[in-house]
Amino acid sequence: MRVGYLKNEGAKLINNNILTVKNLKKYFVTQQGIVKAVNDIDFSIKEGETFGLVGESGSGKSTVAYTIAGLYKPTEGEIAYRNQDISNESKKRSKELKKEIQIVFQDPGTSINPTRSIYQILELPLRVHAIANNYKDRTDKVKKLLKMVELPEDYIYKYSEMIGGGERQMISIARALAANPSLVLLDEPTSALDVSIQAKIISMLIRLQKDFNLSYLFITHDLSLMRNVASSVAIMYLGKICENASSSEFFKNPLHPYTQMLLSSIPVLSDEEEKLKPKKVKSIGEIPSPVNIPPGCSFYSRCSKKMDICSKEDPLMVEVSKGHFVRCHLYK
Amino acid sequence: MEKTIFSLVLTSKKWENVQRGWYKFSLNRLSIIGLIVVFIILFLAIFAPFVTVHPEAVSKYVNFSESKQPPSLSYPFGTDIYGRDIFTRTIYAFRISLLMSFVVLSISVSIGVILGLIAGYFKDSWIDILIMRITDIFLSIPALILALSICAILPRNLTTTMIAISLVWWTWYCRMTYGIVTSVRGEFFIQAVELIGAGKLHILFKEVLPNCLSEIITKMTLDVGSVILIGSSLSFVGLGAQPPTADLGSMIANGAKYLPDLWWMSVFPSIALVMIVLGFNLLGDGIHDIFTVREG
Amino acid sequence: MKGNLLEVKDLSLYFKVFGGTLKVLDGVNFTVGDEEKVGLIGETGSGKTTTMKAIMKILGMTTARISKGEILFKGRDILKMNKAEVQEIRRKEISMIFQDPTAALNPYFSIGSQIKNIIKYSGGMGKKLTKVEIKARGIEALRNVMLPDPERTLNFYPIQLSGGMRQRVCIAMALLSNLNLLIADEPGTSLDVTIKDQVLRLLEDLVDEKHISVILISHALGMVKNMTQRTYVMYGGSMVEVAKTAELFINPLHPYSQALIAVVPKLTGRGMSQGIPGYIPEYLNPPSGCRFHPRCNYVMPICKVEKPTFFKVKETHQVACWLFKK
Repeated sequence: MRVGYLKNEGAKLINNNILTVKNLKKYFVTQQGIVKAVNDIDFSIKEGETFGLVGESGSGKSTVAYTIAGLYKPTEGEIAYRNQDISNESKKRSKELKKEIQIVFQDPGTSINPTRSIYQILELPLRVHAIANNYKDRTDKVKKLLKMVELPEDYIYKYSEMIGGGERQMISIARALAANPSLVLLDEPTSALDVSIQAKIISMLIRLQKDFNLSYLFITHDLSLMRNVASSVAIMYLGKICENASSSEFFKNPLHPYTQMLLSSIPVLSDEEEKLKPKKVKSIGEIPSPVNIPPGCSFYSRCSKKMDICSKEDPLMVEVSKGHFVRCHLYK
Repeated sequence: MEKTIFSLVLTSKKWENVQRGWYKFSLNRLSIIGLIVVFIILFLAIFAPFVTVHPEAVSKYVNFSESKQPPSLSYPFGTDIYGRDIFTRTIYAFRISLLMSFVVLSISVSIGVILGLIAGYFKDSWIDILIMRITDIFLSIPALILALSICAILPRNLTTTMIAISLVWWTWYCRMTYGIVTSVRGEFFIQAVELIGAGKLHILFKEVLPNCLSEIITKMTLDVGSVILIGSSLSFVGLGAQPPTADLGSMIANGAKYLPDLWWMSVFPSIALVMIVLGFNLLGDGIHDIFTVREG
Repeated sequence: MKGNLLEVKDLSLYFKVFGGTLKVLDGVNFTVGDEEKVGLIGETGSGKTTTMKAIMKILGMTTARISKGEILFKGRDILKMNKAEVQEIRRKEISMIFQDPTAALNPYFSIGSQIKNIIKYSGGMGKKLTKVEIKARGIEALRNVMLPDPERTLNFYPIQLSGGMRQRVCIAMALLSNLNLLIADEPGTSLDVTIKDQVLRLLEDLVDEKHISVILISHALGMVKNMTQRTYVMYGGSMVEVAKTAELFINPLHPYSQALIAVVPKLTGRGMSQGIPGYIPEYLNPPSGCRFHPRCNYVMPICKVEKPTFFKVKETHQVACWLFKK
């Protein structure tokens, strides 16, 4: 079976940061208490690269994406897009900014309006951002968008209930790219899809990134997928980043106990891959609720290498080697 | 070859959607019965002058020699105490009933849905609180009593009765739309459109409202029967259409006095009332089926 | 092994819908032996859930029609059984765990009352159980799935538990009777990676301990590889390959199996494949002959005409592909 492999070529030589996040916090007030969904994180995304964010439920990774997109206003901290502070909700943001940063949601079933046709869904960003100003131009552009995501032209007449999950997700992607954004936030874009559709969509995303010099924030819990998509990876646990390194460093030399636990739990298909996994760290314990996080390191309850200091003091982020950051008392 | 022709027809989304809707509707036999009944009623109401033979029965006509006649060939439903043909009056009464539903629903649905849309989308703002508290006030009074009270202070005729019922009815649509909108506005597809930068008016009417339509339309169809019933209840007590205009409620009211001797005076209009309500209810069920999406 | 525990023979099934019939299952052949763990790999639309629903007789029988085939459980055809007999089987012999534990649990009833009902109906070995005994069984079942504080958990409502805990409750409920066959439909999809790892290891231990046969359905190939002894690959409404699990992943023979395994992202980081060209079959008008032929790189004229049956390549490895006809 002829199958082409596309490699992610990573960041261009220009080392510009298109997005910088500093001391970002997002807290929610609920009946049970304050949920510290995002609890002081820093990271940057270089222009043209794919930055991966890994984590399980409660880690806060989706909240990070939503805050960057403008769905939430940050509780504290700053988000800078091309060195311009954008720490605001979307309703306070300019239209130009909305054009620049777009998001693709996880669930294809609810990301597109079931009562609107594909044509109406795709022409909306064109109209809002005045990219095509008459019916003929818009229709042409919509057809071009469909072609870009490898869907047939007559899909413009269809509705979401007539097409499958993978195709709906492709429409979401086409919609996000319609207005030529520079930064696309992808929140688990393929988690709800089959492997073969996932491969098609991911390889398409990689191709589009090259064609349009896009920067991606790619969120997933699938580490095997991350290995093939991201050039830098950060892993989150209960609102904090535990480890942040380049993709190859992250997988070759995982330092944080949580990273090791996660990597050793991945089911793989070949012995070759099995050898690449760290020594089996058995997962134990439940993921604590983000409402009442105990003092000290948030991973204490499940850590196999815990020490006394871990329950008392929250470790600081340390650069262990160039570009490789860890937040753990083991590495000081 | 055949496939291309077929697909040319099908790419017109509207036609395929109509076909699909009909398929879903026709799965339930009762819905088809409802549709037929409603059709018949509409036909009779529209062509009333052509299907009845005693048009004078709905005017100030009196013919005591023919009064109190039981059902016969020339008077299928018999005559009332004034000698008027009840069959003719019943058919013309359909017109009043349908007119009432149409006017009441047009007014109340328009007001209710728009208010509900705005209140729901701007949830927790002062607009929401203002609109919903007013709605609550109206809802706290039983519908019939509120309608009666409004009628009491207005001149007694069909128009004022319709206005009264509309002023009572809009609240249900407001509340229903509010409920749907508050849940829909949190959906990802609305967030996505907000993040793209679409304007509020577009979002309200083009993105959110279509998601409410299925429930609104279903409720409207079911409400036709309810409005007619309330109208009949009001005309039973002398409001609504004034004599000699034929109206089901007043016919039943006047006929009830003469039970059981002149039973035909109230029984036939009652059956007619039941048919209208039942017909629209069954139709409403079918319409609800069209909008129900069954997965897999 | 005297005979197979479950044998699905040439099962064909269709749904009546707007526009015609969806010929979903097209001659499914599938066996599960005693104490055997069998995997079923397939993507959305392959028919795997439909097959399982047919076995459990929980298909929407208004639109689904079985056109031919048999489902033999312990030698008796489930399709020919009456309602009472099927109920017996569901209570005591076959259990199913669903993909979404939240949907499988009734949100209005506490865990305890749901478990209590199952214990009552799954048969107390002939005698009627007292309230105390039922509660004790419930606590034991929850302890078996390693839920912390089983006694308190009985009083909880599903919404108070996390996803992993709910899935464990579902497993506990499924294992309450002395069942012979457990059908697990994507049992880890809605769970986090580390929790999924724990829950699946737990499931494996319990299944081994109780000598139960398992049908593990998933599109997550890694999970199936680790937990099963024999695996089927399903495509377009029938089985295309079956082999010992290890053998299947080292040496997949059917072009679809090969493509599927190649498409999974690898930890070695060699990049993403572009997916399998083409689309899953459209069941209103499925492809003639072998349903995979429109997407197959090795397609031959006969593939478009006649549907291949299983050809034995090895004693434990069969492929439904004309390439392997002797």
